[in-house]
Amino acid sequence: MEEKIKAKVMDAAKIKRSLVRMTTEILERNRNLKNLVIVGIRTRGIYLGKRISKLIQDLEKVDIPVGVLDITLYRDDFAELETQHMVQKTEIDFPISKKDVLLVDDVLFTGRTIRAAMDSLFDLGRPQTVQLFVLIDRGHRELPIRPDYVGKVLPTSKREVVQVKLSEVDDADEVLITEPAELK
Amino acid sequence: MEFKQRHLLGIQHLDVSDILTVLDTAESLSEISTREVKKVPTLRGKTIVNLFFEPSTRTRSSFELAAKRLSADIINFSQQTSSVVKGESLKDTVLNFEAMNPDALVIRHSCSGAPHFVSTFCRSHVINAGDGSHEHPTQALLDAFTIRQAKKSFRDLRVVIVGDILHSRVARSNVFLLSKLGAQITLVGPPSLLPEEFKNFGATISHSLDESLAGADVIMMLRIQTERQKANFFPSIREYRNLYCLTEKRFQLANKDAIIMHPGPINRGVEISSEMADSVKSVILKQVENGIAIRMAILYLLLGGRERETAD
Amino acid sequence: MRLLIKNGRVVDPSSGTDETLDILIDQGKIADIRPKIEEAEGFKVLDVSRLVVAPGFIDMHAHLREPGQEYKEDIQTASRAAARGGFTSICAMPNTDPVNDNRGVTEFILAEAEKRAAVNIFPIAAITSGLRGEQITDMADLLDAGAVAFSDDGRCVQNSLVMRRALEYSDFLQTLIIDHCEDFDLSQDGLMHEGSHSYFLGLKGIPASAEEVIIARDIILAEAARARIHIAHLSTRGGARLVEEAKKRKVKVTAEVTPHHLVLSDDALANYDTNLKVNPPLRSQKDVQALLAALKKGVVDVLATDHAPHTAEEKEVEFDRAPFGINGLETAVSLLLDRLVNKNVLDLSRFIEMISTNPARILGLTNKGRLTVGADADLTILNLHKETVIDITTFASKSRNNPFDGWKLKGAPVMTIVAGRVVYPFS
Repeated sequence: MEEKIKAKVMDAAKIKRSLVRMTTEILERNRNLKNLVIVGIRTRGIYLGKRISKLIQDLEKVDIPVGVLDITLYRDDFAELETQHMVQKTEIDFPISKKDVLLVDDVLFTGRTIRAAMDSLFDLGRPQTVQLFVLIDRGHRELPIRPDYVGKVLPTSKREVVQVKLSEVDDADEVLITEPAELK
Repeated sequence: MEFKQRHLLGIQHLDVSDILTVLDTAESLSEISTREVKKVPTLRGKTIVNLFFEPSTRTRSSFELAAKRLSADIINFSQQTSSVVKGESLKDTVLNFEAMNPDALVIRHSCSGAPHFVSTFCRSHVINAGDGSHEHPTQALLDAFTIRQAKKSFRDLRVVIVGDILHSRVARSNVFLLSKLGAQITLVGPPSLLPEEFKNFGATISHSLDESLAGADVIMMLRIQTERQKANFFPSIREYRNLYCLTEKRFQLANKDAIIMHPGPINRGVEISSEMADSVKSVILKQVENGIAIRMAILYLLLGGRERETAD
Repeated sequence: MRLLIKNGRVVDPSSGTDETLDILIDQGKIADIRPKIEEAEGFKVLDVSRLVVAPGFIDMHAHLREPGQEYKEDIQTASRAAARGGFTSICAMPNTDPVNDNRGVTEFILAEAEKRAAVNIFPIAAITSGLRGEQITDMADLLDAGAVAFSDDGRCVQNSLVMRRALEYSDFLQTLIIDHCEDFDLSQDGLMHEGSHSYFLGLKGIPASAEEVIIARDIILAEAARARIHIAHLSTRGGARLVEEAKKRKVKVTAEVTPHHLVLSDDALANYDTNLKVNPPLRSQKDVQALLAALKKGVVDVLATDHAPHTAEEKEVEFDRAPFGINGLETAVSLLLDRLVNKNVLDLSRFIEMISTNPARILGLTNKGRLTVGADADLTILNLHKETVIDITTFASKSRNNPFDGWKLKGAPVMTIVAGRVVYPFS
């Protein structure tokens, strides 16, 4: 589908500043860093999680492990999907029971992904706390889910698409609002 | 990548992309079996029927566990406890189960082509769990998965499959699958159990195990059934063992890092010596373990996503 | 009433005729045949311009299923299928229930045929009692009752001594033994031709040797007994070679081939279609080519259907469990016209010879298989240009087990006349 870029809402510098600010908030709320683990939701949650871990390492010299969560198997729209979703591996090679889990995703929208991620997490163990970290909160929640750390609140229309691009997998660090072209 | 099939009737119908999709999906799903809670909700509400018209413990249990780990409901039917003995036709048996609205039928049958026949009139997804001497696609997929874990690549891999090729659905499915992936396959057995025509399926034919083992990366031994002796396919177990049993001494002829496979159940001391079956080179139990991931992948790929239009 | 058939292309291999002639039929016999017969009072006239008039087709090999398996077919439905397929006479194989191994069954078949059949029915009686391959039947008595030949079709006589005795005995009675050549030890539970395709599909094979071994045996025994032997549904290259070689040595051997063995090969079984499960099995491409060559060389004498009706329930099962057989009476002639005559594999006269003249000669039906004055007025009228699409739902047969459904064919039987009466199109 054709799409058109409506706005560039963040660039590399803004993303970096947000991450630093949010990391400080994380440190303020989590006094016992040894109990903190990060779980990134595929795909871009992983890289955001790794960046946070790096920032904490730089600031506090503590290693925070980062795991990878694939939520495909927990989706609630499984039967309605038009195309097959390839399952990818969940790689969390540390226990999460009794840990403070920082769940990381790029964009918070309806909340359904987070619901699936939490179901998935609880099949892996019983965390002490789960905190939600998102770079963008674009609204339109369909479930009672609220982020603990937000990079930017971005009012959008439902038609619009928020694209977070990260240099680890994309060509640059930026956040775009795009809109699919009208169907003919 | 996408898995484009409505049914899994055989490897013959799959292309390389289908096969790799199954293997990659199994790779992702294998992690679930290592969890403390070995279950994900993916296929909640889906119903799978195990229709086993031929005795089988491991394949049936493997499908059952795979279904349960994906939260599907599964019921078991086996010929011994059924009305088949009362003369109900396969078609009627299947239609009766279909009336209960299952999503998939897993079929094991002693007649080649039975799953194909069922697929011509049923609404559910059909999964062939072994039909006669025809195909056993999930076995070949789990074998390929096991080989990939050990060998990384299939290209130019030298695979030797030994035994009763003529009657083996495992051999057929493996030949179809491994040749699609670029492996070099040598089939080994006495001429009575290995007709020349098998070379038309992309394999080399040999009647000497010793000669074929040189340079082998994968050695797959097949179960030899003693009934074949009565039909004179070979003179005696003693003679068969002398010619085709994988022993420590013979294993020295293969590549140092060759792996030993067997679809089970094994006849210790007939087609494979006990020490070889238990050796560090043997991945026989790994095959069993991987069977679950492969069957989870098949169930996931067939039942997941929206109901696709029937291809045929 | 006299019937005048005008302006047809009359092809009669027995007299070497192939020209436009009129035929006058009176009292079920051919009364006159020549160019331009004038119409007279009381003649019924049929103008068959642009059509071929041939001596009535004779199917030497059909399973009528009556008595005993009337749910598959009966004498009446088989005869109507025959009429629709262009056959004026069909031979009834003895594997009924009870087996046609005694006078009572032969007489029953003939009596029922007299009452209900649309075409001539000629019973073939069993070689051995109960088709058990042990004790030969009362052949003289059976001949007297109306049997025209002997066969244990499907249950090939395995014991060579029994076969030897049957051949010797049949020769004294100047009758014919027809053998379905199959060594059961070699064929065992085979389901299809043994070769690449059977190995690929994992279906147990029936090797060509199962047929060839028995053909060789029969030829040797017939030669020794100086008796006649007719090889039913020849299907293999090796079998054709044996027959050819025996004929060169003047052994009294004749052979038939079915349409399905000429137009299909074992690669067609890829989808486990039980309608293609037939015995002898569909063979390899090489065998098909060899049969076509044998046909052209005159090694094969007869085209026969091996009409074997089975119900849908019987065929809608696992391949292993389906019965063997193709329902062939209504598709044979169209298939052969399309594949052999219209494709110039066989010329029209040779084709008619193999489906009418030769069967009549081999079975000793002296008044049939020819269009000459005094012969029975059994006629098959063909339209070589008519295009038809096979539709099994239109069959006159009770069963539908035919793999040619939907095939588009050129050339078809359009009218069947038995003893001067039009039996097809049905009135």
